[in-house]
Amino acid sequence: MLPARYVVTGRTAETADSATLRLAPVDRPIPRFQPGQFTMLYARGVGEIAVSISGDPSVVDTSLTQTIRAVGAVSRALHAAQPGTVVGVRGPYGVGWQPSLAWERDALIVAGGVGLAPLRPVVLAVLAQRWRYRRAILVAGARTPREFLYSDELKWWSSREDMAVELTVDHAADDWTGQVGFVTQPLSRLPLDPAATTAFICGPEPMMRYSAETLLRRGVHADRIRISLERNMQCGIGQCGHCQLGPLLVCRDGPVVDYAVAADLLSVREL
Amino acid sequence: MLSGLSPTHIAVLSGAAKEVTFAAGERLFHEGAPARGCWLVQRGCVAVDAAIPGRGPVVVQTVGPGEVVGWSWLITPAKWHFGAISVTPTVAVELDTDQLRAFAEHDPSFGYPIAVAMLTMVLDRLQTTRARLLDLYRNPADVPTSPL
Ligand SMILES: Cc1cc2nc3c(=O)[nH]c(=O)nc-3n(C[C@H](O)[C@H](O)[C@H](O)COP(=O)(O)OP(=O)(O)OC[C@H]3O[C@@H](n4cnc5c(N)ncnc54)[C@H](O)[C@@H]3O)c2cc1C
Ligand code: FES
Repeated sequence: MLPARYVVTGRTAETADSATLRLAPVDRPIPRFQPGQFTMLYARGVGEIAVSISGDPSVVDTSLTQTIRAVGAVSRALHAAQPGTVVGVRGPYGVGWQPSLAWERDALIVAGGVGLAPLRPVVLAVLAQRWRYRRAILVAGARTPREFLYSDELKWWSSREDMAVELTVDHAADDWTGQVGFVTQPLSRLPLDPAATTAFICGPEPMMRYSAETLLRRGVHADRIRISLERNMQCGIGQCGHCQLGPLLVCRDGPVVDYAVAADLLSVREL
Repeated sequence: MLSGLSPTHIAVLSGAAKEVTFAAGERLFHEGAPARGCWLVQRGCVAVDAAIPGRGPVVVQTVGPGEVVGWSWLITPAKWHFGAISVTPTVAVELDTDQLRAFAEHDPSFGYPIAVAMLTMVLDRLQTTRARLLDLYRNPADVPTSPL
């Protein structure tokens, strides 16, 4: 339960309110992570929050990459952490995306806003073993063009022939020539092979619900749609009950679950 | 759009349809002009826009393959509420809506499935617009505002 000490070795500002930190262990590293897992990240003197790991799962070293959006006291402190700052890390925790569920199938990755952070390891895992998957499709939505995370990588992914990338924004800027609309629009009209599609969806809960329902209407099975739940967390290891959602403890049984399990729970209010 | 139509009705619909192409930057219609025509986008991308004084045309939505642009002709007074411009070279099926309306008024068994198909698409568009109105990706620390 004691956090390992990590030092910030790099910081990239992604958008006006989000930054990606690269962290290296000061003494002992935490175990390797699976895409979709999270850590409990501790800002000294401020507090501890759950943050997904957004790094490349195929890189074998002890570094950690996490993308943080400043929304409150703890995330603001972590977002502002400069190289040299020491933070505490516990984890990795939870059930991840399991990209292997899409092996020999079409991998459809759907991200809304900062929901792209937990999905970045899935995109990188798919691209690292591209032969294992049939089609690879990324649909990402943002509020405005400036609010996409990983904009350089998005450009690179869009230019690749082995992945289809659909970017759409709620509100266009003058120089934006791409799509304007909600992520459900590309999802409604993409050529899909529903029986052979595994979807990975992350974003605000209503966005995940609308996206999953669009895919269900198109014939994708609920147990082939994976979503990542967010609930307030404290212990991160299934002991305090803070993250309870119906019969689930999100930190232990999630955060990634099948839509078949999550559909009826998404209307349950947080404790 | 074709489900619910008999082979005879499909033949009628095909008679009122033709393939058209638009170059990038070509305008399909202007906001406020009499509304005539309906386009089923096959390839490319069309932007639905509104002229905002001081800002020029602001894109409110884009429409891609498999989606329809133009339904103001359905309801009187038939005037375009928004403009539409082709963003990339676009291929679409254009429907002659004068003919469609005349057939639909003459034969409700043709008009009803057409009206249901249109309503389904309008509802779909309404749902995505509502989802955007929720401004789901905003930072929870921000006071809710719309950047439009
Ligand atoms: C499994 C998991 C993975 C996560 N991954 C990431 C990540 O990769 N990057 C990241 O930046 N954040 C992530 N979060 C969210 C992060 O944990 C919260 O933003 C954080 O707990 C906020 O704490 P705070 O003290 O900064 O703000 P608080 O003071 O606790 O909250 C500030 C404001 O944000 C709102 N808020 C808090 N949490 C959330 C939430 N989860 N969703 C929507 N609104 C919220 C509160 O209602 C309040 O209005 C994740 C959460 C979970 C459970
Ligand atoms: S955070 Fe304590 S049980 Fe999940």
